[in-house]
Amino acid sequence: MRFIFKTDYDQDIRILKHSGYWWSYGILLAVMVATPYVLGSYMQSQLVFVFIYAIVGVALMILTGFTGQASLGHAAFLAIGAYTAGFMQSLGVPFIVYFPLAAVLTGVVGALVGFPALRLHGIYLVIATIAFAFIVEEVLARWESVTHGNEGMRVRTLDLFDIPIPRDSDAFYFLCLLVLVGVSVLALNLLRSPTGRAFIAIRDSETAGKSMGIDLAAYKVKSFAISAAITGMAGVLFAHKMTFISPEMFTLLLSIEFIMVIIIGGAFGVHGAIFGAIFIVMVDPFLTALKDDVPVLVSSIASSLGMAKETATDLRDDLSRIGSAAGLKGAIYGLIIMMFILFEPYGLYGRWLKVKLFFQLFPLYKRATFKRQKTYVKSERNR
Amino acid sequence: MSFFTVDGISLQFGGLKAVDDVSFSVSKGEIFTIIGPNGAGKTSIFNLISRLYNPTSGRLSFEDSDITEVPPHQIAKLGIARTFQNIELFENASMLANLLVGRHCHATTALWQDMLFMPSVRRAEKAHRRKVEEVIEFLDLQAYRDKIIAGLPYGVRKVIEVARALCSEPKLILLDEPSSGLNVEETDDMSFWIRDIRSELGITVLMVEHDMSLVNRVSDRVLALNYGKVLASGTPSEVQAHPDVIAAYLGA
Ligand SMILES: Nc1ncnc2c1ncn2[C@@H]1O[C@H](COP(=O)(O)OP(=O)(O)O)[C@@H](O)[C@H]1O
Ligand SMILES: [Mg+2]
Repeated sequence: MRFIFKTDYDQDIRILKHSGYWWSYGILLAVMVATPYVLGSYMQSQLVFVFIYAIVGVALMILTGFTGQASLGHAAFLAIGAYTAGFMQSLGVPFIVYFPLAAVLTGVVGALVGFPALRLHGIYLVIATIAFAFIVEEVLARWESVTHGNEGMRVRTLDLFDIPIPRDSDAFYFLCLLVLVGVSVLALNLLRSPTGRAFIAIRDSETAGKSMGIDLAAYKVKSFAISAAITGMAGVLFAHKMTFISPEMFTLLLSIEFIMVIIIGGAFGVHGAIFGAIFIVMVDPFLTALKDDVPVLVSSIASSLGMAKETATDLRDDLSRIGSAAGLKGAIYGLIIMMFILFEPYGLYGRWLKVKLFFQLFPLYKRATFKRQKTYVKSERNR
Repeated sequence: MSFFTVDGISLQFGGLKAVDDVSFSVSKGEIFTIIGPNGAGKTSIFNLISRLYNPTSGRLSFEDSDITEVPPHQIAKLGIARTFQNIELFENASMLANLLVGRHCHATTALWQDMLFMPSVRRAEKAHRRKVEEVIEFLDLQAYRDKIIAGLPYGVRKVIEVARALCSEPKLILLDEPSSGLNVEETDDMSFWIRDIRSELGITVLMVEHDMSLVNRVSDRVLALNYGKVLASGTPSEVQAHPDVIAAYLGA
């Protein structure tokens, strides 16, 4: 295993802690750059969604993972970014202007949403963010002069310095990758600076944070604003990827998917957001396949085991009715969230770290390595 | 005016007077201890000083300025740091991160600079880390630098909390029961550190403590409290000989 001897402060401060990481991340980047030339267009398109979800994941990681403020309103921030892009583009504003503008606008809205967070905690804050998301959905449906209401809005092809970048092009893939990498670097920078530590302090102990000189109000609002602004950027990319946006695309279910990204991936690092995004984006085609193939498979197995033909057909129809029942997706998501919270609270990234440690320490790994040690405070002992 | 003064301060929770017209003053370079049975209002006084609670009446002043109305997050910047009776560390962060939060009141960089990690941020980070290393050295915490707090023993956390307070380079440090939950050797270490904090770092110490042998070893002056009221104050031996204090402790 590798021991790292620290000899100067920069070693702690650097994002990539030692030379090995330069290699692994370099190779990862090379693979990502080569991907469009290797993978089919379907997979490439899925990867674009992975990038967009991962950008939102990074945004939520800053807010929920590091500042401890839950939100089920991120679909609304995505919508604000997306509609800003659509509307600005229709006015002839160039991408290079409306992209940052969408981020700023969404950030301002995020800061406003952050104000209730000064007084609300936990589930109450979640309810407040859901309420906010409903308001946004309603505004999008009603403000027809800008949003075209429930009819939805066409988003024209992205145009960067007069070069069109269609949604399925390699250039669009690279643009999304670039934004993801950029946003990740910003997030990592935050986390190694006083601002990021203030976020962590708020998450773990508001009382102590206050006494250490952290202005809770200011930092909660900052966290909301940053998270919203990043989500707004994702919204711009989302709008161009979809080419059509309408209010019913930005519902509570989408916000739940975003929360799942960080619960499944692990909310304590940028890696988690990316793992989670891969999982969420890939689970959808998987569920579709399941819905289409499982009933056929089960009924053919049943009939080959001697079941009467009609009963087998009935069975197939029953199963596909269950498979296409409304709300099934939500139920499966709920189940996945529960499983992760119960069995893998550190998410896929946490699992990955454990596997890595197992190989580093082999054969000395103890199962208890990640167990939290029992501690007690005196007041508990006296009871 | 003296270094730190509490003037007729009271705090009421509903019908309960947790702190009742308490006055005392602490001189620069002193180790001043508040003693009293459980529920006497000692922690409440600390919470008043760090502005987590608003007093019902009375004034607080520090270095000739009135701090009764100062918002809680500006107290650290004025030079008052504290520890908590039940340990309020940032559990899911490393010790280093915890101590660096202690430097927060000296942070000068703006949000956008942090986001881009400008050279000024890097310079400031290094300066913070140098200071933090001094404190780590001072309290012998080298072994825990990169450890997550959640896995550390109680005694170590207690010391880390003192370290975090010291990282803010305070002029006055408030220690709420620094020895509670510590074993005999750990308590011994703590008593040496408290004296060193005063003599080597020149920081004035205001503490709440139950362990009378520790109180006697380190305190210059003691104030005894019961039901939110001052019973007696003076040197440790004077206070312990006071009949009201004896009565309060024997429950008579
Ligand atoms: N936030 C609060 N709300 C209501 N009562 C409180 C609160 N904090 C402390 N008290 C009460 O005030 C009294 C003094 O408490 P405290 O200052 O913690 O005592 P000590 O630290 O001396 O043991 C106790 O009776 C306690 O129950
Ligand atoms: Mg107490």
